[in-house]
Amino acid sequence: MAEPLLRVDNLVRRFGGIIATDHVCLDVSKGEIHAIIGPNGAGKTTLISQLTGHLAPHGGRIFLGGRDISHFPAYKRSALGLARSFQITSLLTDFTAADNVALAAQAHDGRHSFRFFANARKDKPLRDAARAALERVGLGHRADVLVSRLSHGEQRELELAVALATKPQILLLDEPMAGLGVTESQRMVKLLAELRNEVSIVLVEHDMEAVFALADRISVLVYGRIIASGKPDEIRQNEEVKRAYLGDQHVVVGHG
Amino acid sequence: MKFSLNVSSLVAALVVAGLVLLPVYSNLSGNIFILTLFTRIVILALAAVSLNLLMGYGGMMSFGHAAYLGIGGYAVGILAQEGIGSGWAQFAVAIAVSALYALVIGALSLRTRGVYFIMITLAFAQMAYYVASGLARYGGDDGLTVYKRSDFGGLIYLGNRVQFYYLCLFCLLAVVALVWRIVNSRFGLVLQGLRSNEQRMQAIGFPSKRYKLACFAIAGMLCGLSGALLANNTDFVSPAVMYWTRSGDLMVMVILGGMGTLMGPVVGSVVFLVLEEVLSQLTEYWALIMGPLLLLIVLFGRGGIMGMLGRLNRG
Repeated sequence: MAEPLLRVDNLVRRFGGIIATDHVCLDVSKGEIHAIIGPNGAGKTTLISQLTGHLAPHGGRIFLGGRDISHFPAYKRSALGLARSFQITSLLTDFTAADNVALAAQAHDGRHSFRFFANARKDKPLRDAARAALERVGLGHRADVLVSRLSHGEQRELELAVALATKPQILLLDEPMAGLGVTESQRMVKLLAELRNEVSIVLVEHDMEAVFALADRISVLVYGRIIASGKPDEIRQNEEVKRAYLGDQHVVVGHG
Repeated sequence: MKFSLNVSSLVAALVVAGLVLLPVYSNLSGNIFILTLFTRIVILALAAVSLNLLMGYGGMMSFGHAAYLGIGGYAVGILAQEGIGSGWAQFAVAIAVSALYALVIGALSLRTRGVYFIMITLAFAQMAYYVASGLARYGGDDGLTVYKRSDFGGLIYLGNRVQFYYLCLFCLLAVVALVWRIVNSRFGLVLQGLRSNEQRMQAIGFPSKRYKLACFAIAGMLCGLSGALLANNTDFVSPAVMYWTRSGDLMVMVILGGMGTLMGPVVGSVVFLVLEEVLSQLTEYWALIMGPLLLLIVLFGRGGIMGMLGRLNRG
């Protein structure tokens, strides 16, 4: 079997006495959408943060394209093609939508940013790249609007555009549907389905409808441990998963 | 509506025009004092502009910016005392040493953030202050008199009040123009992105620390230039220019005028220093008026003077 694009090997992360990531193993193949589900507090965001380099693991290793990136800082992982969206929208709020995306493109256009004189907002390749990414997510008409004036749904789409502008090999999406209305969610699902052929996706999501519609494989995280991993149908049938998560309406409703 | 959109630009333009024409007024009215006062204002405005690059655009609250005033000043003073009178050499050393100091201090300070960053920059500036106080050969606590102003050959004569004023003003406007270019450059956008959300910037692929350090160094160099001019203006340099209250004054000028606006620090410096001058002539207890006044502006005028003018348009 070929080396998977992303491979996580026995990752461990503790917070005091709590093991938030408990020997997690995970792999994502090229072109795959791999969903990670689990009740609130299962350690999903903690896992994503370790993948992106915002949080250092206490044990285990992370490979991207066969390369050990466990100790790479976030910016280097981004350069290697790892992009993330944030669960809580994390954009440059005093910039326009186009600026946000253009900056992401700027980080990846092969030229460093120690350029002090030329007006970067008039840099045509960057602006074109930004526009293309915005069109892609359906925000083309909102390019020059300040992020703080975008609606929540638009901000979620912008998160995705920013991640796409870094020309990623793999997208780590932390609850891209969080707080979206029904129509907005449907649009996001459609968008992610379209992206399937271009980029691998790790999808952390509470919206089960979206997860089962999109995922090639699903891993279920409970108390930091992956208790099951497999095709959507297998997960649906899995007794342990039903007990721990799917069947337990109390937990599902509990996360709000 | 185009006109009303630009009240703050208008004020900025008026301030610049006023500064350019000031020597004419001074000459016509025979008021030499005002030229002396404004030479000082222009020099400190330059320092405030450099601090604004750091605070306003870089989001780094340095509480030790006056250290560079001292470094620039001592570069001029010490070289002059050692017989090197060339302004080119003095100013080059002032800027180079400021850059070096900034790189070292920045590399250490940028490991911290928030209040710790403020405290550590303050601590380093106080260290510089005590080092200067210990320089027995160069006057120690009493400071160092600069007997001969920087010599720029036949190009410009710093002993001439008007020529010196225009040199300072030229430097100020050049630095404002430079900051304007920087702010809109690739580097500037990264810098402002970091101010807004550092984690996000790292996630999209920017190694944040080296950009912040570069900003720290640029701001230090520009303030070093201000320090070299200041020593020429007073013909004197002492540890007092590095004292923490001076760093605080610079911060107030920036915040008063409007952090993160191009001309804010210039306007802030003019208002702050003119107020200080006028009030101190009225009463010995001028600080009692100045303090609450600043407090009111900071409390109710978010974005400083330029911010308030900006709201005037919309409101």
